[in-house]
Amino acid sequence: MPLIMGMSVLLICQFLGELLARGLMLPVPGPVFGMVILLAGLMIRGKVPESLRLTGEGLLRYLTLLFVPAGVGLMVHFQLIGQDLWPILITLVLSTALTLGVTAWVLDRLNRRRSRQ
Amino acid sequence: MNFADLDQLWVYLSGSPLLSLLATLLVFALAVWINRALGGTPLVHPVTLSIAILIGLLLLVDMDYATYFEGAQFIHFLLGPATVALAIPLYDHRERVRRLLAPLLIACMTGIVTAVASTLGLAMALGARTETLLSLAPRSVTSPIAMGIAEQIGGIPSLAAGLVLLTGSIGCALSPWVFRLLRVKDPAVQGFALGLSAHGFGTAQAFARIGAVAGAFSGLAMGLTGLLTAFLLPLLTRLFGLGG
Repeated sequence: MPLIMGMSVLLICQFLGELLARGLMLPVPGPVFGMVILLAGLMIRGKVPESLRLTGEGLLRYLTLLFVPAGVGLMVHFQLIGQDLWPILITLVLSTALTLGVTAWVLDRLNRRRSRQ
Repeated sequence: MNFADLDQLWVYLSGSPLLSLLATLLVFALAVWINRALGGTPLVHPVTLSIAILIGLLLLVDMDYATYFEGAQFIHFLLGPATVALAIPLYDHRERVRRLLAPLLIACMTGIVTAVASTLGLAMALGARTETLLSLAPRSVTSPIAMGIAEQIGGIPSLAAGLVLLTGSIGCALSPWVFRLLRVKDPAVQGFALGLSAHGFGTAQAFARIGAVAGAFSGLAMGLTGLLTAFLLPLLTRLFGLGG
């Protein structure tokens, strides 16, 4: 039953994360807290159980597929996006390129300096 | 022999979750195949392609999103446990994360400020309306967080969610060029930049294209960015003289 055990562990962490987010009224989604809880659990345990690795890595291999249903939701926003189409598109493309570049550049620089020391 | 009326068959099928669930899986498989046939180009990312084909199909058969989602929600639900599962690669690479903790935090702050400032600056210069502006601001974080933030600062939550998705696919398409231009080769750095600027889409891309190390750092960036943006953004929008 490795799949059942692995999935249960993931869902328990998500559930605890959800409780924490709702309880503290934070605008952060439960699964993000769930990730932190699982990480803490793994640190305490000292290794990843085989069942959890099987389930978790299986899910992560198909992570791209999991975004498709939410992405189709874009069709609902066509009208709102259409009202400001060009400002939105130009802003998104330029700003995303800039964000990617700046983050990668800063981290790369800090990294190299550190490895030289 | 008796055939059921085609009309009736369609009414049954389009009302059951089976059809949209199956369509999502088949279209995704088709999109992956097309992407491979084109040599794996990032311009037609399988996710973006699947979304475009599915929207086309839904418009063609005149099915609304809520009906489609009744079937597709089974796939959507798995995003929760998959996000939790990001702790596994993070744990595997914990030594590297611990060593890099200070640079990662600095890069994360710089990245968030760049994202928000360039978004607001550009959109203001191009004359976008205030609601659009405030819905654009949180576009770099994963959609549930972005919706919460947009609401808080006075944007439109559902529009914010749509813009987050657009940002994700644009980020995935642009990333190979940006990395080549800046000569960034370290998978940890590539993953972190992807997770910060293109959230879940970027993380998925990092896993599928670059590898497990990039995926782990991408997941870390996604979580950190979400947490930090929730605190930083209200301050930054006020700096631009928007919202209250």
